[in-house]
Amino acid sequence: MRQDFSLSQKIKRLSAAAVITAISAFSSGSFAKELELEKDELTFGFIKLTDMAPLAIAYEQGFFEDEGLFVTLEAQANWKVLLDGVIDGKLDGAHMLAGQPLGATIGYGTKAHIITAFSMDLNGNGITVSNEIWKQMKPNIPMKNGKPVHPISASALKPVVDKYKADGKPFNMGMVFPVSTHNYELRYWLAAGGLQPGFYGPGASGTVGQIGADTLLSVTPPPQMPATLEAGTIYGYCVGEPWNQQAVFKGIGVPVITDYEVWKNNPEKVFGVSNAWAEKYPNTHLAVVKALIRAAQWLDENNNVNREEAVKILAKPNYVGADYKVIANSMTGTFEYEKGDVRDVPDFNVFFRYFANYPYYSDAVWYLTQMRRWGQIGEDKPDSWYQDIAKKVYKPEIYMKAAELLIAEGKVKKKDFPFGSDGYREPQTEFIDNITYDGHKPNDYLAKFPIGLKAGEKVTEKGVVKK
Amino acid sequence: MNKVINVLEVSGFTWFVPLARLASGEEPKEQLKQLWLVMGIPIVAFIVFLTLWGQLSSKVVTSLGTIPGPSAVYEQAVGLWEDHVYQREKATAFYDRQEKRNAKYREQGKLDKIKYREYTGAPTYIDQIWTSIKTVFMGFLIATLVAVPLGIFCGLSSTFNAAMNPIIQIFKPVSPLAWLPIVTMIVSATYVTSDSAWFSKSFLNSAITVTLCSLWPTLINTALGVSSIDKDLMNVGKVLQLGWFTKVTKLVIPSSLPLIFTGLRLSLGVGWMVLIAAEMLAQNPGLGKFVWDEFQNGSSNSLGRIMVAVLTIGIIGFLLDRIMFTLQNLFTFGDKR
Repeated sequence: MRQDFSLSQKIKRLSAAAVITAISAFSSGSFAKELELEKDELTFGFIKLTDMAPLAIAYEQGFFEDEGLFVTLEAQANWKVLLDGVIDGKLDGAHMLAGQPLGATIGYGTKAHIITAFSMDLNGNGITVSNEIWKQMKPNIPMKNGKPVHPISASALKPVVDKYKADGKPFNMGMVFPVSTHNYELRYWLAAGGLQPGFYGPGASGTVGQIGADTLLSVTPPPQMPATLEAGTIYGYCVGEPWNQQAVFKGIGVPVITDYEVWKNNPEKVFGVSNAWAEKYPNTHLAVVKALIRAAQWLDENNNVNREEAVKILAKPNYVGADYKVIANSMTGTFEYEKGDVRDVPDFNVFFRYFANYPYYSDAVWYLTQMRRWGQIGEDKPDSWYQDIAKKVYKPEIYMKAAELLIAEGKVKKKDFPFGSDGYREPQTEFIDNITYDGHKPNDYLAKFPIGLKAGEKVTEKGVVKK
Repeated sequence: MNKVINVLEVSGFTWFVPLARLASGEEPKEQLKQLWLVMGIPIVAFIVFLTLWGQLSSKVVTSLGTIPGPSAVYEQAVGLWEDHVYQREKATAFYDRQEKRNAKYREQGKLDKIKYREYTGAPTYIDQIWTSIKTVFMGFLIATLVAVPLGIFCGLSSTFNAAMNPIIQIFKPVSPLAWLPIVTMIVSATYVTSDSAWFSKSFLNSAITVTLCSLWPTLINTALGVSSIDKDLMNVGKVLQLGWFTKVTKLVIPSSLPLIFTGLRLSLGVGWMVLIAAEMLAQNPGLGKFVWDEFQNGSSNSLGRIMVAVLTIGIIGFLLDRIMFTLQNLFTFGDKR
């Protein structure tokens, strides 16, 4: 490989002159004030989803190169392969589910200390059901001007699931990974509508989180969701874009709710690296975060003015690869529910505003509360435990350091960063079930849910027991 | 002219033999008939195939649209080529920026910062084809190096053959998809990559999986070829009191070459099929990954691109077989020459 590189390089240099002008606009001549990088050739993994955009943009707009980083982006087959890649060092970092660094650090599934200093986006997911289920749900949904009233509660799905249960048929639904945002969002929505999504615990059905379940949730990789729905293996799923809009375009399913309506401005993906990697290459890590901040800012700049260009980039087969019009639907501030029912959701994908990239401890704590709620954390934990784990995984200090460097370079504005934050958001109220979340008090929060584990409860193979 | 005909025959391009004979004015009528048989009929059959494909494909409706017909596939092939050209332009710009950066470091006297790196962009379709071809040859080479000597031992010694037989019988039918996890784990554990490593792990994983699946035809055919050498020939060797090594190189290998080559041809064919499956499953770079990525993309162009890949895989498989056929004709002396 090395040898033929130098040869091909010579050939390339000979033919270089002709094409230079076309693309040199990217580099704009000025290089950032460079950090002393410990490693400058990096490989990052991602899953084919629109929220990997900051990585693609940082590459295509030359933000990585401005920091002296030479990055290769590699699509991964599924979230498990991606996480293993980061753990065994094949990948330097990756576009991850927010629950993955937390799950790995507390040892749920795979045990490894993974950290994040950059939250990639807010919102961006949806829950889709098949046409057949939608037809059965529709009579239970209030209508206005001939269109369903949103947000649609899972209580409209409950009679359908009850009928399936009465007929002895399992009601299968898909999510992307056991510690995924999608798993928690789907569970949140179902539970808010009075359906029991099932608990994690011992035994075979516990491993897949189906103890005492009304609906059987299982793992399907994101890009395969529409095909699996079409094949009839699952009746609905929760996944990131473009795989909900894809179902609409293919005419195989109907998105019933977006995660924006389940929890307004919820944190979604993070950029995860292993702790060992971050300790070995601190400046490289900082440079990566700097490039990602600039990419995120570019994505939201001037009221999403760059989104169409971003969609063109994402539609390339080496990134997301779905059709332009499918990706554009959600990326440009709209969302199509039932075919033809296009609604404005300007904040469907948020990459920069509302301090989207700041890794809030309270976001980490929320994921941990859901892991406890559904039995992935088997024992009660004190509030301090939640906070300690959040601090172990989320690294706002690295994020703020990168921001300060960029502010000094004049590339970003100080007002776009939450200086002086203690790492906790104000208590959040906009959930579909109107329950208020305060990251300082996880156990109080858990006590408020009608469905889910309570203090002192434990999951066994038979179901939930009081200790 | 006879030379040309000979070359054509050896290389397996028998299609063109009648043309060559026609050019030299040899029995025009007979040659035209021959030409119709070797060229005309296949071409007509191919046109019928394309028409049927074009007609029938539009009747199968999937959620990604109808199955692409020949023209849609051709369009995608052109698109893939254009993408390749575009990526090359981007690579050129990348090297240019690198050059500028290095020049800047040179000015500042930071010589240690000057580096030459490979382009970091995504591999194009053409790159994937090359990766697959390199991988299959690597796997095939290892398989040959293992299988031919083992086959010779098996053929020469019936004791050794009896010892090897159960192992061959058990491992021969194992699918590449079963080998792959084992190979991946072992390579990951034992092969430590550094920046200066010769091969990447994914390349080795695919290549070794190819080896494990493709060495059997060579092994079995070699053993068969060696064991069925003319007894008289061996007796002559005994009379001349040839050493073991001389016997193997002068008698055994030359006389079993036709069967060894038959084995190699089969092995390369198996290896090529196995490689695509391995790449699909492990997401190792190559045509298999291309197919899987396109399936995951779910774009309206995806089916067309997968078809392009299927045709490419078929054509390359065919060419690989031709290459082996030519080598076989060059190295062995059949009854024709």
